[in-house]
Amino acid sequence: MTTFFQLLIYGIQLGSVYALLALGYTMVYGIVGMINFAHGDFLMIGALSTVFLTTAFTNTTGTLSVLQVIAIILIAMIGTGLVGVIVEAVAYKPLRDRPRMTALITAVGVSMFLQNFPRALPFIGPNPRPFPRLFPLIQYNIGGVTITSTQLIMLVLSLLLMIILYYVVNKTPLGAQMRAVSMDKDAALLMGININIIISMTFFIGAALASSSGIFYASIYPQVDVYMGGWLGTKSFIAAVLGGIGDIRGAMLGGFILGISEIFATSINSNLGYMIGFIVLILILLFKPAGLLGKFSIEKV
Amino acid sequence: MKKASQLLLTILAIAVFLSACSTGSPATPAEPEPQADGEKTGETLKIGVVSPMSGPGATAGKYITNGVKLIEEKLKAEGGLLVGDTRYPIEFVYEDNEAKEETTTNVYQKLINQDKVIAIVGPDMSKAILAAGPIAQSAGVVAVGTFTTNEAVTQVGDYIFRACFIDPFQGRAAAKYAWDAGYKTAAVIYNNADAYSKGLYENFELAFTELGGKVVEVQAYSGSDIKDYNVQLTKIKAANPEVVFIPNMFTEIPLQVRQARELGITAPFVGGDSMDAPEVAQLAGFENIAGTAYVSAFSPDNPDPVAQEFVKAFNDAYGMNPNSNAVLAYEATLMILESIKNAATIDRKGIRDAMASLKDLHLPSGTITVGPDRNPIKGAAILMYNAEGVPEFVVNVNP
Repeated sequence: MTTFFQLLIYGIQLGSVYALLALGYTMVYGIVGMINFAHGDFLMIGALSTVFLTTAFTNTTGTLSVLQVIAIILIAMIGTGLVGVIVEAVAYKPLRDRPRMTALITAVGVSMFLQNFPRALPFIGPNPRPFPRLFPLIQYNIGGVTITSTQLIMLVLSLLLMIILYYVVNKTPLGAQMRAVSMDKDAALLMGININIIISMTFFIGAALASSSGIFYASIYPQVDVYMGGWLGTKSFIAAVLGGIGDIRGAMLGGFILGISEIFATSINSNLGYMIGFIVLILILLFKPAGLLGKFSIEKV
Repeated sequence: MKKASQLLLTILAIAVFLSACSTGSPATPAEPEPQADGEKTGETLKIGVVSPMSGPGATAGKYITNGVKLIEEKLKAEGGLLVGDTRYPIEFVYEDNEAKEETTTNVYQKLINQDKVIAIVGPDMSKAILAAGPIAQSAGVVAVGTFTTNEAVTQVGDYIFRACFIDPFQGRAAAKYAWDAGYKTAAVIYNNADAYSKGLYENFELAFTELGGKVVEVQAYSGSDIKDYNVQLTKIKAANPEVVFIPNMFTEIPLQVRQARELGITAPFVGGDSMDAPEVAQLAGFENIAGTAYVSAFSPDNPDPVAQEFVKAFNDAYGMNPNSNAVLAYEATLMILESIKNAATIDRKGIRDAMASLKDLHLPSGTITVGPDRNPIKGAAILMYNAEGVPEFVVNVNP
């Protein structure tokens, strides 16, 4: 039983990273109807900028206060959000009325650019670098189950962010506009909604969430390099599909399911663990092809 | 090591390549010195040196060229290589293979057909010599790979040699070290998607069990993208081994070490030569990595007089310590020179036969004998990270 809870904690920890990242995929898909394969790289930008911000802050004071940590996270999130807005404006906006395939291929290109441009910069480069400790590390032992303060803080913060997002989308005027654009772009335009701003906001929020998941991810696995977003992005995309792409609750659910099943499968057999995680995905999609919470929409031709 | 060295070199070299441009240096033919008394001057012998002088492997190329240049300078001062009573001027032809297979085949063609070299040193990567080896084999030119640790390299043909130990030996060396250090039980965490990691693990388990030890837990993970080893490490912790073998990539080891320590695993770690990267200690944290030992081709702290002489000469010439690339290139060149001395006839065939029976040649990294499968029988150095994250020489392990 102890092992079960310990594994559950690891699963939730990994799942919350997938979930935060999957939110960005699902939001962009729901509103613009495209899959932003560069989304995982926003995670890398968030983590990497945190490394540099921490260096900058630490130089002046020596240690980091709680306020500074909050400031670092906020600056990193806003900065990455702006990168998301710029990426959308430069790479995706001109292609908005083109076939979806065009935007998809562009997204792959943007992803490669976001990985290789920082790599080519001499002060970043391809080498992995250590991630600073933003949160205190205290180990708690509850009935044989070890949980660290970093895990707790991370979990609380990511749940908080998900709740805020859910509130913004469902209860605010901005959220109403977003949902309107998601339902019917042209009708929303006729209702006087500025689609450009809504799409920019979507990318901003998605990239900022990716940035926060990057910070959380690097806090538990403290090693950052320019390629870290690639594989994580793929996994989170799977999580988004699993939960039903386009649905915010689905992304959260999918993230946790993927994280937890991956950990448990690895525990059963470390050789096959990875594969079993994907079998879960296939099984769910076999029985619910639109994902757990997804709704089928008939494509208009 | 192939994969590890490639990854590391790629990473290092891109940085270097961006800040400074190509390190390519033109070959300068050795001018024969005025003839000494009673000595005859033979014809100039050419030796090709293939290494990545530009592109992602440029750092390795620099070390390799420097290692060979050390010998070139010495030979130039002496006027050539003395074989019996004849002094043969030696000319080194340096070629850049850009760490690519296709470029390696091109420069092999050039060296063999145009420059008419009698032997080739390098390249340093298994994949490159695997691609170009058949050219040397069919032309009957000895090629000595430097850091080409993949077992298949010398299976290309009887003209292909290498200066380094092979991957299986690393696993055995690690097992021998662990056993000699007094550990009776071991656990392993390895990457089952990586031939290097898997090969080291299998040979470690084999040798450790043979010695009388017991491998109490084996855990795998699937690929370098995995960052969470908590599940595997929890199981290892439960098995309570005295030592943990981690034959993984230098990008994976730091997180494994960190997570293991956070989980409360106090057993020391032992790894392969992929751990020979400056980033490992920094990423893992000095307090976590301290006491971790690994197998390496060479240590500049090796107290052996031949090793120390080489380290000093290298330092005097270039102001830095030689790394494994430099020492292996240096040794590959000395293996060729020794074979020229021992050859019945100084030609490509004669050198091959002499090299195949090379025995007890004392080189910086230890005494080397070329085995029947053209793999050198030589020792490995065990290094251990100290509390400041600096690897220190512990002991030499001989096969």
